[in-house]
This record gives sequence, structure tokens and C-alpha cells, in this order.
Amino acid sequence: MTGENFAVLQNAQAIPLSAIPVVAEQEFRNRVLSEVENGARLSAFFGSPQPCEDSAGPSQGSSAAKRVRLYCVLARDSARGLAVLATDVGDTYEALTPDCAQAHWFEREIAEQWGVRPEGHPWLKPIRFHASYRRRNPERAGDSALHHDAWGRSADAEILPGVTDYYRIEGEEVHEVAVGPVHAGVIEPGHFRFQCHGENVYHLEISLGYQHRGVERALIGGPDRRTVHFMETLAGDTTIGHAVAYAQNVESLAGISVPLRAAVLRVVALEMERLANHVGDMGALANDVGYLPTASYCGRLRGDMLNITALICGNRFGRGLVRPGSVEFDLRPTHVAELRQRLQAAYRDTKNAVELLWNTPSVLARFEETGVVTADLAEELGLVGPAARASGLQRDVRADLPAGFYREVKMPTARMQTGDVYARAMVRWQEIENSVGYVLDCLEVLPAGTVRAEMRELRPESLAVSLVEGWRGEICHVALTDARGRFAQYKVVDPSFHNWIGLAMSLRGQQISDFPLCNKSFNLSYCGHDL
Amino acid sequence: MIKALYARILQGHRTVRFPKQPPTLPERYLGRPVLNLSACAKECRRCVELCPSGAMKADARGGVQLDLGRCIFCGACSRACPTGALKHTREYRMAVRKRDEMILGRCSGEADSVCRGKACLAPATSMASDLAAQGDLRSREYQLAEALERKSRRLFGRSLKLRQVSAGGCNACEADNNVLTTVVFDLGRFGIQFVASPRHADGLLITGTVPQNMTLALKKTYDAVPAPKLVIAVGACAISGGLYAGNAVAGTGADTHLPVDLYIPGCPPHPVTILDGLLRLLGRIEG
Repeated sequence: MTGENFAVLQNAQAIPLSAIPVVAEQEFRNRVLSEVENGARLSAFFGSPQPCEDSAGPSQGSSAAKRVRLYCVLARDSARGLAVLATDVGDTYEALTPDCAQAHWFEREIAEQWGVRPEGHPWLKPIRFHASYRRRNPERAGDSALHHDAWGRSADAEILPGVTDYYRIEGEEVHEVAVGPVHAGVIEPGHFRFQCHGENVYHLEISLGYQHRGVERALIGGPDRRTVHFMETLAGDTTIGHAVAYAQNVESLAGISVPLRAAVLRVVALEMERLANHVGDMGALANDVGYLPTASYCGRLRGDMLNITALICGNRFGRGLVRPGSVEFDLRPTHVAELRQRLQAAYRDTKNAVELLWNTPSVLARFEETGVVTADLAEELGLVGPAARASGLQRDVRADLPAGFYREVKMPTARMQTGDVYARAMVRWQEIENSVGYVLDCLEVLPAGTVRAEMRELRPESLAVSLVEGWRGEICHVALTDARGRFAQYKVVDPSFHNWIGLAMSLRGQQISDFPLCNKSFNLSYCGHDL
Repeated sequence: MIKALYARILQGHRTVRFPKQPPTLPERYLGRPVLNLSACAKECRRCVELCPSGAMKADARGGVQLDLGRCIFCGACSRACPTGALKHTREYRMAVRKRDEMILGRCSGEADSVCRGKACLAPATSMASDLAAQGDLRSREYQLAEALERKSRRLFGRSLKLRQVSAGGCNACEADNNVLTTVVFDLGRFGIQFVASPRHADGLLITGTVPQNMTLALKKTYDAVPAPKLVIAVGACAISGGLYAGNAVAGTGADTHLPVDLYIPGCPPHPVTILDGLLRLLGRIEG
């Protein structure tokens, strides 16, 4: 299993921690960079405390002690596999970001969470604005040696969200526009800083963290009765996506697989989630260019799609449907017939509503050449999902690294080349068509049998990686178990984590009035990012 | 243009008849739970052990209490209940005016003349002081939200502008609030509208736990709303912190910071539950 330079595994597979090579910092850096050079992507890159951290106290008090282990999970899309590598670092290490832009957000996260400073990082700022995980209680004496903060803040320093230095352009006619955290619509909080010259945006910087509610820390020691509910609410609009990612991890750690019928029902639910959100996005895009017919029809149709999910499990977002080892609701033949009939009706109306967009020159004029992200830039930044595919990248977990039923029946990948709002809209529309066909086919072949497998204990001292193509793109969950088979750490990478920077870059050279449109064309998650 | 007109005909009229007609809910919908303690197997406590959000609590006198303000409607409790004392109904109406009205469950363990074994709730007491209150325990049926008093109704009853503040949830409550503005529910026909600026608003509709990182922004937004103003908490997170209540940075809901006028339980509440709550507050639905 251990390849020459990396531990190699498949999507939704667990390996013993001992199989993961732990190499020296420099060697780690070289191997990861050369792998990225050869086309691999960073799916996850995170720190994990070494076991001595909590129990042993300030061991020798040396700042050079290698206290944090960095794990890098690389996706080799063309080779259909994943590669994992680790290294131990002290308070600093040489940043990867200057040679690998994909790492920039991950390294900011590592710095913020573990107080480890990636030296040479060009823009090292907090991303969620919380205290370091290696902060010690300031009221307890003798703990100061254990306090690690990448910015040298004291243990009792107040950390205010959004209070930081921003990228700034100086000049007589340059002005700055600050928006948020509370926005104009019914949307989540985030802070946006535009550097403008007249209407033109030179640069947009996005500062998040307002939705931070401490989920990753609460997952440690699981699985417990709260765990799956945390997964379902990492991003409420991606309940199924995150729940499936979690279930796959637990199943691979337990060494079980779900019955085929359950696997099919999971992909039906996943595609329904994609349909609801994509249909909603088509309406929202229409709304942001003032084309109200499609906005209004798609608003209704999104609800129809959600109600199909509610037909399966009673909840519009799919809460309670996916559990490790099972789906909790089975479909009777009458349900299947109703689901098919409702989906066909919703698709017919969606097609009608969306085709209005392609026939309306004033809509196309706003969509085309707005918010362009080139293929090279998308590749460099490591974008995922429809945003990456709109820029011409062939990147879809369902096709490249399939797990579950996607392994059995392939899913076509939608793709556009222009990287503008039009391309992101068109990719969504193609995916709507693909998903409807796929769901109908799945219902056709729905195998008989049970929807539950018996759960077993999780393997101790293991690492499991699970990737799911959620409607926004690649969801990556990495589970590390301790000696008792409990979660020592559980890492969640929502697709938004990769893509927020894509939105920021798409605004360069645009009119500031196109921000809502560009924003909608990405439609990223704040809560999924902030965790 | 002709295509747009043709589409208009094809798409049809889609606005639901609610509140004149009851809503259509999914067959497997889990609505408001009812707790009949006279049927509760004493010392069973299975529901308490399974509840992920701490909504089920063991009672000092052997019963259980269910805090709808923390409930995430997962159904683990009612599925596990061996006697059927705890059941989820298909009741979608849940909004209340006071926090403690969401606590279901009585402590006597027996149906009395007041409750006759129906779902009922303890008065505004903490679990610990329940024992002291045993003497004058009044039980009532679930008390849905009453309308605002006359003066406020004159102000807001025909036009209510709300500023929505999303503060540390999962965006599902926001999504189901947004749905109210679609043609399906057409919130505007009731004179209710979400507005962009707190200065234009009559109140706040809050979702999420109000985590540390949103506390200041929420306070500033509240201060910017001209008085008199309303505060509406939607979803388990905004009512109590919900599933996240134990996390240090997550917060414990809106009323930790602001006076709340209307609570709408759910995780997330069905859009019609939210709409029902808003209309009750305005006196547009009674009974």
C-alpha cells in the first residue's frame, strides 16, 4: 500500500497511520511540490497535534520540539487515486504557498489553528478569527510555555473578526468599499473589501469567520450521538453531501460497505441536492441581472426539488437520511413512481424557465465575459466543482475518484471553456440535465434488498479519506482515529474553502456593480468554510 | 418576448392557499412532538440518552421534559420510546411568545384532571425548582403564539419590515426563510417583507447561535433598528444554541443578547411553520 514516496489510497479507504510516511520538512516540501507540479491537487492539508501535547506538559520547553504533524492529502485525478504524506514541524516551517498557490488558505488555517508559522507565506492572516488551539488558559499559572500563536498574540488577547490589515491600493482617486458582515439579503455574514477606481475593482479581499461555531473541535472523541448531526449542519444546503462524506469515512474505518440499494438511494439524494441548489442558483443569477421571470419560476422549482427530498425522508434538506452503514428511509414502489413523476414535471418547467435565459440577449450580455477565471488561474488556485469546470478543467470526483454507486454507473462531466458567469451558469444547467437523467436511471434500476449494513467498531490508529462531489464541488473529509478507534481529529474541507479565492480573483477588473452577479455564480458557503 | 409569455402560461399560478387552506406536508414529516407522561415508562430514560442536542432532560421526579427550543427534530426519541409516550405529530404550528412555553413534559407522571393525559408543559421553572413548584403545577396545552398587543398591532399588523440577521447557523433556516419570498408563499401579500437596511426595519429575524464572532455585529444591527422593534428567533440555534450549545465559541441563541418576541422552533422550521408564526404574531391567524 505504501507507494515509493507517499501512502497511496483510494477514495473512501482507510489505512493505518503507520503506513503514512513521515518525512523531514524539506523532503515533505519537495515531494508535495513535485506532485503538484505533475498535476495533483491539494485536497486537504492540515495540522494535527502530536499525542504528547496534552498530557506531558512543557517537554523541555524547547520551541524547536516537533509538536505538530502536518498531513497533506493529494488528489491524483488522472491516476484515480489519493496520496498522503506527513511531516513533523515545530513553531515554524517553510511555507509551500510561494511555490504552490493552492496551499495559501490551508497554510493560513494551519497557522491559526496550531500556532505554527509558515515562513515566507505572502499573506499570512487569520481566516476564522479564533484563538489558537494551542492556547492555554491564561488564568492558569505555568502554562505560558504551551501557548503558541502564529501572530504572537497573548493568551488573553481579544480576537475580533475582520479586524486585520487589508490589502490596500493608495492613490488620489482610489477608494475602498467595505461590505458586511451583515449583508443586504437573507444571506450569511462575511466581510468584503473592494479597492476601487471609480466603478472598477482592482482587488477584492474576503474576510470570513463570522459563522465559526467550533465544529471541528466538537468532533474530537466521536463518533457520538451528536456527530452525524454536526455533519448534516456543516452547511445546511449540503446536508447530504457532508453526511455521505462522513458515512463513507466511518464505513471504511469499520471495514463495512452499504448494501447496493442504500448506495443507489444515496446518489439519488446527492443528485437531488445538486438539482435543488443548481435550480435555485439559475433563478438567483436571473434575479441578479433583473430578469424576473426565470428568477420567479426557479424560486418555486427549487422548492419542488427540495420537496422531492422531503418525499424520501420527510425533511427538505435530507436531514436524517444518511447514516453510517445505512440510509434510514427506504422507498416503496409508490414513492418511486411519485418521485419520478414529480421530477419529470419539475424538469419540464425548469427547462422552460432556464431556456428563457439563453433566449434573452440582455441576460446573455450581462453573463458573458463577466467575472472571468481562466483555466490556468483555476488550476493554480485549485478551484473545484462547477467553478473549475466552467473554466475548462476536467475535475469531478464522481468521474475522477468515484466512490459508492458512482463507481458502478458513470456520470458525465459538464464542462465549459470561457470561465465567465455564462460558463458557470451553463455548467449548472448541463449538470441539471445530467442529474435528472441519472436519478431517473437510478430509479429504473433500483435494486431490491436491505438498506442497512451492520456497524462495527472503528479501526484504531488509522486515517480515512472520503471525497464527495457536492453541488459546490469536492467535499473532503479526513478522519484520524486514536488507539481506541475514536476520532483524534476530523478534518472537513468544504468546496468553498478552495473557491472563495476564485470569487475574489474573478472580480479583478470588473465593475463593482457586477459583484452580486459574480458572487451568485460561485454561490459559496460561509458556514461550510467557517465551521 | 412571446416565449416569455408562453412560459408564463406554462408555469401557471403557484401560490399556496395557506392560511385559508392547510399546507401540504410530506408524508414522513416530523412535526411537533407530544409527550404523554402518564404512558412514560419510568426510569427508562432512553430518549434522554439518545437526544443529540440535550433537548430531552430527565426530570427530578422520574419523568422527562422536552425542550422544543433545543430540539432538532431528528426523531431519535420517539423512535426509541418503548411505550409511545413520546410521539412526533404532523403538527406544523409551533411558534410561541415565551421561551419556557417550549418545555414539554410534566412531572407528576400521571394524567390529572387538568391535562387529561394530553401534551402539556410545566410552568416557567428550571428543572431544579420543579420540585418546589410541585404544589401548584399548572398544566396547559401547548400555547401557540398570541398576537402582539393592540398598539403594536396597529403599527406592524399591516406592514412588517424585517431585517434578517444570519449569525452562526448552517444556512438552512436562512434558506427556508428565503423560500417565503418566492411565489409559493408570497410573503408580500401579508405585508411582510425582508429589507436590506436595519434602518428600514421594524425588527430583526435572527437565525443561528449568535457565536462570539457575530455578537458585536448583531448588537450594532439591533441598535440601528428604530424603536419600537421586534425580535424573532427562528430555529433551534437562534432559540438556544441548539446542537452547538455546548461549544465554547458557538453561543446560546438570540435571547442571550436581546429580548425576543417570537420563537419559532425547528431545525430548520418548515417554511409554513415560520409563516404561521409571523402571521400569529400579527394577529392574522388565531386559534
